[in-house]
Amino acid sequence: MERQVTSENKQTPGLWKRTTLVDRGGGRGGDSGGTWLLAVLAAVAVLVPLLNQVVPATSAFHLSAFGITLIGKYLCYGMLALALDLIWGYCGILSLGHAAFFALGGYAMGMYLMRQIGTRGVYGDPVLPDFMVFLNYKSLPWFWHGFNHFPFALAMVALVPGLLAFVFGWFAFRSRVTGVYLSIITQALTYALMLAFFRNDMGFGGNNGFTDFKDILGFDLHSDRTRVVLLLITILAVAATYTACRKIVESRAGRVVLAIRDAESRTRFLGYPVDSFKLWLFVFSGIVAGIAGALYVPQVGIINPSEFAPINSIEAVIWVAVGGRGTLYGAIAGAVLVNYLKTWLTGAFPEVWLFALGAIFVLVTLFLPRGIIGLLRLRSKKA
Amino acid sequence: MKRLPTGGQWLTMLLLALVGVVPGRAQSPKDAAFLSTLGELREASYSDKATIAERLGQSGHPSVRAVLTALLDSRLYYRNSDQKIFIVKSADADPLSLIDPLSLKSAGSAAASDMTQIGTNNGLRSVLRMTVAHYSLSSPDASVRTDAVREMSRSLDEPAVALLRQRLGVETNSGVRKEIATALALAALEGPDGKARLDAIATLKSSVDQDVRNRLALLLGKNGDGSFVESDENVRKAAAGAVATIDHWRTFYSGFETLFFGLSLGSVLVLIAVGLAITFGVMGVINMAHGELMMLGAYTTYVVQSAMPDHIGISIVVAIPAAFIVAGLVGVLMERTIIRFLYGRPLETLLATFGVSLILQQTVRSIFSANNRSVVTPDWMSGSLRLNDALDITWNRLYIIIFTMIVFSLILLVLKRTRIGLDIRAVSQNRAMARAMGIRTQWVDAMTFGLGSGVAGVAGVALSQLTNVGPNLGQSYIIDSFMVVVFGGVGNLWGSLIGGMSMGMVNELLEPYAGAVLAKIFVLIALILFIQARPRGLFPQKGRAAEDR
Repeated sequence: MERQVTSENKQTPGLWKRTTLVDRGGGRGGDSGGTWLLAVLAAVAVLVPLLNQVVPATSAFHLSAFGITLIGKYLCYGMLALALDLIWGYCGILSLGHAAFFALGGYAMGMYLMRQIGTRGVYGDPVLPDFMVFLNYKSLPWFWHGFNHFPFALAMVALVPGLLAFVFGWFAFRSRVTGVYLSIITQALTYALMLAFFRNDMGFGGNNGFTDFKDILGFDLHSDRTRVVLLLITILAVAATYTACRKIVESRAGRVVLAIRDAESRTRFLGYPVDSFKLWLFVFSGIVAGIAGALYVPQVGIINPSEFAPINSIEAVIWVAVGGRGTLYGAIAGAVLVNYLKTWLTGAFPEVWLFALGAIFVLVTLFLPRGIIGLLRLRSKKA
Repeated sequence: MKRLPTGGQWLTMLLLALVGVVPGRAQSPKDAAFLSTLGELREASYSDKATIAERLGQSGHPSVRAVLTALLDSRLYYRNSDQKIFIVKSADADPLSLIDPLSLKSAGSAAASDMTQIGTNNGLRSVLRMTVAHYSLSSPDASVRTDAVREMSRSLDEPAVALLRQRLGVETNSGVRKEIATALALAALEGPDGKARLDAIATLKSSVDQDVRNRLALLLGKNGDGSFVESDENVRKAAAGAVATIDHWRTFYSGFETLFFGLSLGSVLVLIAVGLAITFGVMGVINMAHGELMMLGAYTTYVVQSAMPDHIGISIVVAIPAAFIVAGLVGVLMERTIIRFLYGRPLETLLATFGVSLILQQTVRSIFSANNRSVVTPDWMSGSLRLNDALDITWNRLYIIIFTMIVFSLILLVLKRTRIGLDIRAVSQNRAMARAMGIRTQWVDAMTFGLGSGVAGVAGVALSQLTNVGPNLGQSYIIDSFMVVVFGGVGNLWGSLIGGMSMGMVNELLEPYAGAVLAKIFVLIALILFIQARPRGLFPQKGRAAEDR
């Protein structure tokens, strides 16, 4: 198969030329995949509290705390995938550092949770978290102030990743860094952040990160009820961000974004401010990833610098690719599916897991360029 | 102190010297006398021990130096059961491994509780040091003599100076002569004669040794009562000048050393990136499995070494072509089965090759286990080349620079001077036209990818000498290699060379001020900012091909 150098190809480095990639789903309001997604989310929102709180623990249908956490985790990953699909699938910006925004949101939430531990830590210091006492901090670093207030922490969850995305995107898009170059420098970004957060001097707990959280807003994090509520919030957040993303891509601005993906130079020549479209989409995507991270931390109970590892960002890209790029709901489905496979295989056949994951990437790229959603759609068309 | 060889090295040197000189000794009367004198050490007081040590020295027995060095390092023991005296290899180990004091051959081992150490004190140790130095001064090995002079110059007294003067008269090796002159000049600094002190300073000026510098700087200080340590103003001026000169040279050499470190780190970066520069730069394939191909090269080195455990020195040389072939074949296989379906879609090659990288990692883990494998560094690569007192150049750093240069030149040679190189360049410049001219582009693609992968394997051989060989080896280098290629400009080998070298240099220049991790973070941030300024790297591709990626 030889590379075709068409004029279209020249302007859109490494992107698909086929406009059919986008889910048009039969026009506006005909978002059948999205309807399915929201229906499944609603079903989970109803079933989980029922199976956990009402069904007795002895029953085979009882959902354990572990199960709730697992579902919550998958959904947070799904949200990260959603954020990534928005910029990759619709705007052609392949970020290999999106887990950085996820981790930053997580760290902001983790800082709030650390402050909530109070005197219940190992050292019992009312102000300083354990690791600071351990590292001989005398007082709280300036950037830790305010994190004992939940609204402030919530604001930071969105602000910090958003600001980073803004600064990074402003530089990158203004100087028209595109394609592979952009991917590589996003990777450099998350790698640099990982190295920085591994340092003890940063004041973020070094390689241990934050863990051993006690409660959130006064509710015990270890109780099933809190877990169920956290999961419901996550479901709401996924549904809300999905709807928001869908609205964005279906708006007039969304059409411009698509145009940028397919023919960036042409869109620019038509007079659209390409850089600011890309920038705001990137910032929005960064914020969504940050919120996903903030929801992830209280449920999983730990955040450490390995969340910044470049491989995490690459895995997120894979989820999107497996699910189906440029569909939004496909990204969420891919994230849940791949992570479910991961949980199952690492438990059942730890040796096989990496083989399976590797094979999935290769096979999906070769044979399912539109992911599982593409496969399903092909089926339904034939039928 | 770090200049002094450890006891073990003393011993090896001595053993080496002895092997030729003393073939198969039986216990002669001389040995017996030596042993009985040695035996007296068990009961003697410290002052008696000093006289015993001197008597041992006069005995002229070949193992005098080994025994006295051992005593000096508190490595001389006697066995409680039969009172026999032994040298032990290391006093920290338990059981102690014993060495016979006569033959200096291994004599089994014994539990630490069965042995008693022969103690020393400060006075005794200084006597021992002199005696050992005396012995070492007449050693046939110039490096042993140099070390002895250095050791003596720490505490110079009348007899030591006399000894050195005497040696200077017969010494032929220029390095040792210089060392002795420095030591004598240091001694002269203490003397009453102002003229002699001035001469001494003139001699010392040419040294770059830290100790000499400190000694000279002492002359500039003041005593407690405000008077100068050195009363002669001329001498003070000369000393100040000498200190400034020495500082100047030391700064120069440390700058040179940083430069050298930067070059060697840069060479590593170039080496890991140059294979990628071919697959990524020339072919436009984002090969995330590049790191794993390096890992395969490193494991090939391990396998080759395991196959020829008696020839570690050559095994590295054998491993280089072996690694090239192994990684190259895997590369060709990858190209034929996966990558050829993805040309023109670089971001998708990223996904597929990432999958391949996971499979390769797990394969290695299944075959060799997840633990790190140890690859032995051959003797000719360890140690260092000592240029002067301020500059040590380790061989492995030097070799990596040379190796990178060779690999780089070979790649250039292949690309510019061979038929396949011509084909590769033609296909990368204009695929359709190349095919029209009758070039088998598919075959060229496979060869190009194989070449890039093979070079990655060769880089892996070098990495096996620098880092742990484990399944994660590739992951820790893949990002660096991408940075280098992107910094240099995709599709430009020279860009990768200059990019890698300058990144290594900047990293090493920052490291003394910021520490290793911060330096790396700065380099990454600098790279991100640099890409903003030049979105296509240092040497962007020009013309139609550039638009394509």
